[in-house]
Amino acid sequence: MSAHTAAGTTLPARSLRVTRWTTSARLSTGGLAVVPVLLAAVPFLRNATAVQQLTSLLILVTLAVTWNALAGYGGLVSVGQQAFIGLGAYATIVLVQRGVPTFAAMALAVAVCAVLAVPLSFLVLRLRGGQFAIGTWVVAEAIALIVALDQTLGGGTGTSLGGLSGLDPVVRRAFVYWYAVAVAAAVVIGLFVLLRSSLGLALQAIRDDEGSAAALGVRVLRAKRVLYVFAAAGSAAAGTTILANTLFIQPNSIFGVQWTAFMIFMVLVGGLGTFEGPLLGAVVFFLAQKMFADYGAWYLIGLGAAAIAFALLLPRGLWGLLEDRLGRRLTPIGYWLVSRRQRGREAP
Amino acid sequence: MTVVNSVLQGLTLGGLYALFACGLSLMFGVMRIINLAHGDLAVLGAFLVWWTTQQFGVNPFVALLVVVPLMFAVGYALQRTILQRCLAGGPYVPLLATFGLAIVLQNALLQTFSPDVRSLAPGIGGFATASWRLGSLSVPVLGVLVLAAAVAVLAGLQLFLRRTTLGLQMRATAQDADTAQLVGVDSRRVYALATAVAVATTALAGAFFGLRSTFDPSSGPAQLIFGFEAVVIGGFGSLWGTLAGGMVLGVAQALGALIDPQYALVAGHLVFLAVLASPRGGLLAMRTATA
Repeated sequence: MSAHTAAGTTLPARSLRVTRWTTSARLSTGGLAVVPVLLAAVPFLRNATAVQQLTSLLILVTLAVTWNALAGYGGLVSVGQQAFIGLGAYATIVLVQRGVPTFAAMALAVAVCAVLAVPLSFLVLRLRGGQFAIGTWVVAEAIALIVALDQTLGGGTGTSLGGLSGLDPVVRRAFVYWYAVAVAAAVVIGLFVLLRSSLGLALQAIRDDEGSAAALGVRVLRAKRVLYVFAAAGSAAAGTTILANTLFIQPNSIFGVQWTAFMIFMVLVGGLGTFEGPLLGAVVFFLAQKMFADYGAWYLIGLGAAAIAFALLLPRGLWGLLEDRLGRRLTPIGYWLVSRRQRGREAP
Repeated sequence: MTVVNSVLQGLTLGGLYALFACGLSLMFGVMRIINLAHGDLAVLGAFLVWWTTQQFGVNPFVALLVVVPLMFAVGYALQRTILQRCLAGGPYVPLLATFGLAIVLQNALLQTFSPDVRSLAPGIGGFATASWRLGSLSVPVLGVLVLAAAVAVLAGLQLFLRRTTLGLQMRATAQDADTAQLVGVDSRRVYALATAVAVATTALAGAFFGLRSTFDPSSGPAQLIFGFEAVVIGGFGSLWGTLAGGMVLGVAQALGALIDPQYALVAGHLVFLAVLASPRGGLLAMRTATA
């Protein structure tokens, strides 16, 4: 993320400039912008399996990107994002029970969760580091227990989503898929915009040295709060998608800490604190799930062991490895030092 | 009288939570890391005690004589293999690695011992449910024993940290590892011993938990959360505060259960959140633990 200086070069200072838009970033950002359009066309291929598989993948992408926003850019390791996954899903149920049309209820539920995240942020942001991690976990547990107490929401046995049953299954899956595409795109673009705003710079300063950043006038808590609310809304959106995809939820599974385990795995494998890494991590996790999920406990032991290995040995994940090899950036998030003569070529 | 009995129950439960918490707080105090696998290590301890009693037909208390030293060694090895590397990697690396470890432990226990619910109580016969009668009060014998064990462990830890050379080294390392290193304190050894003590105490707590109630491979995270809540409610930085925090949590749960068993855990969490929301909660981030 930092402006890389070319150590040992003899170029005069005037021939250098700082840029975000390197040629590779221009090309790949253009390429990335096309992806949602291409994805949106998939249901017209009339391949039901592809639509369903891609919906699951997009849910994972959304989760990975939001968790990375918190941990990778805000230094906030949360073990409680399942609170918002569950709240998003249950808020949708409540709104549908009140007669709101299903897809409107899903969108509204995300807004409700974002609003709820504001007071909660005041609570959990009092804690730091590992304390924040367990604090968010406690909040998730408390919310799950309270939801399970409400019999109108099915108590501990769960409840199903009404309002979509009238639709033809193929049409319903297509709509849910489009919703998932929109959610994933919104989260990725939202984070992109956040990071390129002045907040991005503030977050970088906080991550490098919170005390110094605060001393220089960076409003640390405000920056963290924005990220927390953003991640809450993203997780809630993923929760509404999960609900629409499965049509049935149980407090134990939708508020389960396994979501956090998945998010940590995806982000660690892909690359914590890199913009592109979580997208890669989601794909890797999706494939791993396809191949090894039948192994049950052994599969989860493997996930945990991989998380430990990546945290210790490859903290910037597969994407960090790739980026170092290629010396190229695919997104214009950081700043690069380039030579004027070799316009657009990066000098890492 | 049911209320008084519940409070008594809660107070003795607080001893158990303090026992879970002291290792957590020791590791946080010395290394500034929170071990997210703390609860799962406790459950591992409970399973090891269960396995020993089944295998050799011994009493759980006798099994503890083997399991606690074994878990001490596990803790030492854990620090030397995984945690020491984490410390070099930045503030969030220990969290991520210990979370990974928690998943590995839970599923390894699941694979080895099946998801069946177990208890250590049958190993001690009627002692598990025995109680002293004081008028209409009933004082659970096991609860008092656990509370006494917790007080003994906390006092022992306090004496160890205040009165022994190793304790002094631990406090020095906690304050400033680099400076301690300059005057000849091997911080890696100190860290490994702190982790070993923490894991041994959590294994003891796990065994008492297994005596009081049932456990299964997925019981760990809840114990981690209770221990953490006890630390926060009691205020970081004091072992006796942690005991008080554990008791407040235990009483809240016992009183919640009195209304409806479903409210037990919710009541505990709400007390924790109330403490966090109180003006004192704002000080938490600034407080540092010296264990």
